[in-house]
Amino acid sequence: MVTSLNETKFYAKQQRVALRNCGVINPEDIEEYIARDGYSALCKVLTEWTPEDVIKCISDSGLRGRGGAGFPTGFKWSLSAKTKADVKYVCCNADEGDPGAFMDRSVLEGDPHAVVEAMAIAAYAIGACHGFIYVRAEYPIAVHRLQIAIGQAKEYGLLGEHIFGTDFNFDLEVRLGAGAFVCGEETALMTSIEGKRGEPRPRPPFPSEKGIFGIPTMNNNVETYANVPQIILRGAEWFASMGTETARGTKVFALGGKINNTGLLEIPMGTTLREIVEDIGGGVPDGKKFKAAQMGGPSGGCVPAALIDTPVDYDSLTKIGAMVGSGGLIVMDEDNCMVDIAKFFLEFTVDESCGKCTPCRIGTRRLLEYLNKITSGKATLQDLDDMEQLCLHIKSNSLCGLGQTAPNPVLSTLRYFRDEYVAHITEGRCPAGVCKDLLTFVIDKDKCIGCGNCARNCPVNTIVKTDYVAQGHKLPSYEIKTDKCIKCGACMANCKFGAISKK
Amino acid sequence: MSTRCKIPFKGTKEQEEKLLALIESLKDKKGPLMPVMQGAQEIYGYLPYEVLALISEKMNVPMADLYGVATFYAQFTLVPKGEYQIAVCLGTACYVKGSANVIDKVKEILKIDVGGCTDDGKFSLDATRCIGACGLAPVMTINDDVYGRLTPDQVPGILEKYMG
Repeated sequence: MVTSLNETKFYAKQQRVALRNCGVINPEDIEEYIARDGYSALCKVLTEWTPEDVIKCISDSGLRGRGGAGFPTGFKWSLSAKTKADVKYVCCNADEGDPGAFMDRSVLEGDPHAVVEAMAIAAYAIGACHGFIYVRAEYPIAVHRLQIAIGQAKEYGLLGEHIFGTDFNFDLEVRLGAGAFVCGEETALMTSIEGKRGEPRPRPPFPSEKGIFGIPTMNNNVETYANVPQIILRGAEWFASMGTETARGTKVFALGGKINNTGLLEIPMGTTLREIVEDIGGGVPDGKKFKAAQMGGPSGGCVPAALIDTPVDYDSLTKIGAMVGSGGLIVMDEDNCMVDIAKFFLEFTVDESCGKCTPCRIGTRRLLEYLNKITSGKATLQDLDDMEQLCLHIKSNSLCGLGQTAPNPVLSTLRYFRDEYVAHITEGRCPAGVCKDLLTFVIDKDKCIGCGNCARNCPVNTIVKTDYVAQGHKLPSYEIKTDKCIKCGACMANCKFGAISKK
Repeated sequence: MSTRCKIPFKGTKEQEEKLLALIESLKDKKGPLMPVMQGAQEIYGYLPYEVLALISEKMNVPMADLYGVATFYAQFTLVPKGEYQIAVCLGTACYVKGSANVIDKVKEILKIDVGGCTDDGKFSLDATRCIGACGLAPVMTINDDVYGRLTPDQVPGILEKYMG
């Protein structure tokens, strides 16, 4: 007997709203989207609803921005609607740059019309006539399918002039990013669309007053938009019935890292991390122990094993120093060093800092230097305190969200894994065995049978034969001369007798 | 990339015509600079000085602005890439699953660094941001081919296919 897909553990707990059509319809055929009630939400609002009705419906649903900050969507729309201007823009942020998050890519590739329809609805609600979708260039298929979708929608009269025979006109164009993480920040994104270096600008003026080319612009994330047509069709109460008091609806997470089932999952807000990791994700592979989950990418933090019963929603996660962010969820096991993970994210932000403001440009660099000092065993405990201070300075003084959140991975690992930092500093030891400068490979001379496989595979020829022959063995054992060792681990990988370990 | 690329410019008349047509087609668009530069890189494979100079003249944009934009975004390159462009993903999911070891192996075999190109112009190596294929981590792409769930010892066999 074959079990239905929806009965498998991975799918049983999921509720698909934003992803409802992904993998179900042919994204390059508008008729398949229409057959799944596509564009009927747009028809409904244009022919039966006033713009105020739309905004009220979105506000009542409790939808909050899915791009990271969790700003109430209905409130954002009402702000933009209030701005008095002849021309307004709507914009879709599809510059999904958080490493480990790929839900926006899936929506654009699997259901591009949902975004097109939602943007038209948003435009009607705030009185805009033109829209931009800013997609990162790393997603060529998403770009291709969006272009097909826009072309088809125009052909069917669902974009353009007098949509559904009304006075509403709306046109949409795709703009490509070129590989800059900071462009996911909304003001930087708008600067990039203008054809400049994608640097953020101070707010106010807010985009709702002065956006792209100085024109009032309302910007939402892909996943936020993908929820909109369903909310219109099924009602605000239906959406609000899912999730928690302060976080309504569902959220898509990208589950990755050391977990058996990787992939996208859409679950009601407030599902616990334990359910995600153990039930949906099927646990950590190879019998290893769950150590922490990193949530929210370079702006987020980690949730340690002790807090695995935390419900996953905006407020609960913020309280413990992590965040929903765009929904990246990377599982780590006992073999991952938390200092190394913090360093990984800092290297990322140092690289991606646009350089406009000093706290971020220089602060993150100094922070990375501290981390390098720690992982190479040269730091003192005083450094740890100084580093914490620096984190707080960067957070409070940076211009945009990138800098304001850049220290989060450090602060969060310090909060839950301070002992690991301390082990690096006072014992010169990396507990997870990751930080190369602190590792030594040793051969257990009583387990070594003297086959010499390690010595033959050593790229720097630093493993030599000794005079010691262990009891029961015929050949003398080997030893590693640590002064020349580059800690590549080739010896350990090639030892068939488990005689080599790293300390 | 502070110095001018030393590799001689080998642009053709057809390429130039294509670029001019592109500039013409975008001239009524607001904020046309990025689409033009993206198109130019598609036509030439990179953004040589000569091409930037042409764009600067035709669009009436100072060279300094073009250089500013070209060096801000990771996707623009002022030097040509290899015939086979290797990209190893260093996104979080790939990183925790050991993509750093994969990239080390590629470096060791081709004897180039990240951002470098082999002397024969055959391979260039880049470390990329998350390409959104986290389910396949760790991931490497060579031009349009994707290799997932990699271990370092699979790397030599894969590279061999392109050496020919």
